[in-house]
Amino acid sequence: MSQSYDRGTVESFGRWREFSAGMWAWILHKFTGWILVGYLFTHIAVLSTSTQGAETYTATLQGLEALLIVRFLEIGLLAVAVFHILNGIRLLFVDLGLGLTAQDKSFYASLLLTAAITVASIPTFLGGAL
Amino acid sequence: MADHYSSFERGGKRWFLQRITAVFLIGVLAFHFVLLHFVNHAAEIEFAGTQARMGNVGYFSLMWTFLVTATFHGVNGVYNALVNQGLDGTQKKVVAAVLTVASLLLILQGTRVALAMSGVL
Repeated sequence: MSQSYDRGTVESFGRWREFSAGMWAWILHKFTGWILVGYLFTHIAVLSTSTQGAETYTATLQGLEALLIVRFLEIGLLAVAVFHILNGIRLLFVDLGLGLTAQDKSFYASLLLTAAITVASIPTFLGGAL
Repeated sequence: MADHYSSFERGGKRWFLQRITAVFLIGVLAFHFVLLHFVNHAAEIEFAGTQARMGNVGYFSLMWTFLVTATFHGVNGVYNALVNQGLDGTQKKVVAAVLTVASLLLILQGTRVALAMSGVL
């Protein structure tokens, strides 16, 4: 069963050493959510070059992909998206009342799986850029 | 047991729509990433390939629905996070209006982009 919490404590980020797994999951889900919604607006802005013609679109995308920093940012984006997806699945189960007693463990599992998928994807993202 | 935290009031309409769109987005976001980074590498993407994919009605519909649901899920998430932090009164109304306008503009521009990609515009 979910428990009520002291809003003052939740919003006192200075007490981060006392945060529980559920609190960290809540913070990371918000943090990754803000990044993803920001990226959504940026993504549409970049893809808008398609309205300027095929050459502009291709040159813009390939020009960005030629920058090593963009490749690293893409790896970061993948990590953010994978965590948000995995923790989102965890939240759906929690909301359905499933696995409540193991929600801290499922948070740690989300983190580990995110790290594993991110590390495994590095060769694909850096391919041709190094 | 760890506490359960949420920015949403459980059982509300915004909470429900956030969950419904989440279920859809889990699959489509993963598909989008795999298709455009692992099957087709982003560095090799050219307009012709994009046009071929977006020329398929099923793929076009999926991507447009992805745009609308992701916009709703993202903006609704931001709004609820702000409400959860104590946003209230006139500020709440102004933020809701600004986010609604931003969402509509994003969907409008995204639709223009999708049509340009498919070769319709």
